[in-house]
Amino acid sequence: MLFTIGGVGLLIRRNVLIMFMCVELMLNAVNLTFVTFARMLNDIGGQVVVVFVMVVAAAEVVVGLAIIVSIFRRRTDATADDVSLLKG
Amino acid sequence: MDWVVFVVAAAAVLAGALGVILASHPVHAALMLVMTLFGVAVLFVAQQAHFLAAVQVIVYAGAIVVLFLFVIMLLGVDRTENVRYERLAGQRPIAYLCGAGVIAAIFLLARTTWVSGAEAVAGAADGPGSNVEKLARSLFTRYLLAFEMTSVLLVIAVIGAVVLARHSPSGGVRGSEES
Repeated sequence: MLFTIGGVGLLIRRNVLIMFMCVELMLNAVNLTFVTFARMLNDIGGQVVVVFVMVVAAAEVVVGLAIIVSIFRRRTDATADDVSLLKG
Repeated sequence: MDWVVFVVAAAAVLAGALGVILASHPVHAALMLVMTLFGVAVLFVAQQAHFLAAVQVIVYAGAIVVLFLFVIMLLGVDRTENVRYERLAGQRPIAYLCGAGVIAAIFLLARTTWVSGAEAVAGAADGPGSNVEKLARSLFTRYLLAFEMTSVLLVIAVIGAVVLARHSPSGGVRGSEES
């Protein structure tokens, strides 16, 4: 359900930072699912996967925010509609 | 008693998530995200994943949300978004439709017995020993290659972020062309 809320939010909002937060929501939903299954199946592998997902999510946030900063450095508002051309 | 904790934490998670997508001000959305992350950490503890709950609070709520707030303050994008204007016609109803479809699919799948995986493939989660010890034992023996690759990934991410965010010497934002 958290995943769905994040997904719908990602499609609705146009502010790039809020879209990013919705991606984080979806990643958290996935983490929660993995941890629950790790407990249900008595397998620590689920928690190992969650560690990796968290690491990858952190790396992705870093790179994504760097991209956002470099694109929107001079503008006053950051909406996803403005970035329609590939040229920086 | 367990279900009380679960209900309260789940309510916090869902309320925070709805707050993220419905908040008009990005800083409010970031604070709602923190509420969601803390709720998820409580749920992790309820699922006997204590180390992951701590990592979640430290990494997600402690570092990632702070990064978000930095970028919000740096770019000055704290203008409230105009929720009425829509660039692609019909994007909003289609988004709701897709969301309803995904929720329906999840609820449909949740009815069958789907706990069919092999038990304790990577090591048992229950039993003696602390959670950190079992996680570490599995992480550093069986999944060592993946662990090393994630460390390489982190180094690459840091280098990429530094390259992307530096000011180009010619004074424009065309730094990516020169690197």
